[in-house]
Amino acid sequence: MGMTVVEKILARAAGVPAVKAGDVVEPKVDLAMSHENGALVMNQFKDIYEGTGREARPWDPSKIAIIFDHRVPAEGPKTATNHKKIRDFVGKHGIKKFHDIRGDRGGICHQILPENGYVRPGYVVVGTDSHTTSHGALGAFSFGIGATEMASVWTLGVALNVEVPPTIKVNVTGAFPKFIAPKDLILHLIGKLTAQGANFRVIEFHGETIAKMSTSGRLVICNMSVEAGATSGIVPADAETMRYLRDEAGVTDKIEAVTPDADAVYERVVDIDVSALVPQIACPHTVDNVKPISELEGKKIQQVVIGSCTNGRLDDLQAAYEIIKGKKVAEHTRMLIFPASSRIYAQAMERGYVQEFMKAGAVVMNSGCGPCLGIHQGALGDDEVALATTNRNFKGRMGNPKSEVYLCSPAVAAASAVTGVITDPRKGGN
Amino acid sequence: MGKVVLKLGADISTDDIYPGRYMATVLPTETPQFCFFDRTEFNTQLKNKQIPQGSVIVADLNFGCGSSREQAVSTIKGHELVIVARSIARIFLQNAINLGLNIIICPEIEAEVGHELEVSKDKVVNKTTGKTFVNEQLPAARQAIIDAGGLIPYTRKLMLEATK
Repeated sequence: MGMTVVEKILARAAGVPAVKAGDVVEPKVDLAMSHENGALVMNQFKDIYEGTGREARPWDPSKIAIIFDHRVPAEGPKTATNHKKIRDFVGKHGIKKFHDIRGDRGGICHQILPENGYVRPGYVVVGTDSHTTSHGALGAFSFGIGATEMASVWTLGVALNVEVPPTIKVNVTGAFPKFIAPKDLILHLIGKLTAQGANFRVIEFHGETIAKMSTSGRLVICNMSVEAGATSGIVPADAETMRYLRDEAGVTDKIEAVTPDADAVYERVVDIDVSALVPQIACPHTVDNVKPISELEGKKIQQVVIGSCTNGRLDDLQAAYEIIKGKKVAEHTRMLIFPASSRIYAQAMERGYVQEFMKAGAVVMNSGCGPCLGIHQGALGDDEVALATTNRNFKGRMGNPKSEVYLCSPAVAAASAVTGVITDPRKGGN
Repeated sequence: MGKVVLKLGADISTDDIYPGRYMATVLPTETPQFCFFDRTEFNTQLKNKQIPQGSVIVADLNFGCGSSREQAVSTIKGHELVIVARSIARIFLQNAINLGLNIIICPEIEAEVGHELEVSKDKVVNKTTGKTFVNEQLPAARQAIIDAGGLIPYTRKLMLEATK
């Protein structure tokens, strides 16, 4: 019986010839990522060794990555102290894949991992962040776990009791019309599957549209697979994966692609043609409450956010730049832009995007998660409405349960920032 | 026996259970104060110890969706509440098992605030309506973690065995 790409990855990592959906395996972990919640992982890690007389040392510091992104720079003393404790731990154990708050190599974990070549096809990647699904874009099986589970990984180097998930195959065909992006595709898919439609399942992406899609776009669709409940999204490695890893991530050593068997068993197959897709908006307060933009046009917004692990990459900033250049952000609207990493920030400056954003009245913030999870850098006031390229619109998500968050593509966000109301970028002239 | 103290709909996110703005607080001893913080009345009752341990929260499908934040589990565990949900999001379920939160997947559950529930591993009996609902069992692989008292003792045992 053929295997899906995740089944092949898990079989290799568990050292068995074959696995099928429902089997329980304990795969070796190739990369274990944490961010600020590394502080809790450290606490649980210490607890595991408590009273054993053994010294708490991670199984393999070269496989641990820690990236500060959720609260950068620290918004208060508690976070600053967590940062400090993690820095001490990183230094003590010689963790090299550590990205502090820096303008030369900092950024959001789900951009830092790919752009530094930390993730390879066939890897088992775990992260204490639900959007760890992102790294399926590089052909890895990558999923989110809790802090205690990460402490267990730091101890044993394996993920315990992993049930091999069934896989949903999503076949994508057609060419994206102008102003329609991978974000519209994934919002459309989440609306179709619902917020729980892929719970305990993997979404494996295929089709001509995916073959032509850049790694940046693949990161968007794998990132938001979790919003349909998926354990992971994955694009089997291909020529584009190799191009990205060689040319953009600077990987020079051997890369082995893992691809599914032709007779792999899928739980179901979903076909999507993007050639007729229109801009999609996820409305409050669930990500699967997706509507075509025609139903929202004209809705007044007070804040536009472009950024996050979903849509803060160079092509996202380019899409916004092309719409915003020479124009002004509407008077009653704030526009906040968060390049996903320092590298992207520098590239956006070289290309003149940052200058143009500032001229238009946007505020270009430092790389990081920004207001996406409601901590700082752009909380909403009572009854305010935000339009964001981020990934969640849960009640209170942007720091205030009395506000609303709508999710969209970078093109929709930029066109709407100019008018101050939700605007279809295809109509131009704003 | 536990009384239903809160009834929730589908897709209750971890932002609802434990808002992002309190995520700098990580220790299980400190997280209970922020439990369902934006549901002010419920949070106040919890803080004032007006809700007895063993009380039940009943939820519809996909409880605990969203972020992997473990605070969403430790904050409920701190009050020793029981979750009876029609289904549970993957990461939340795993975190609940790892931290020993009493969580029941009961696909057909019907109960209202104030009802008395008798919750066991196999079924939930609504003593107020007289109806019985069968639970979905957790996979055997996870039962081992529950039997060990959570993932910390379970991992400790494996670590000691591996490094004898």
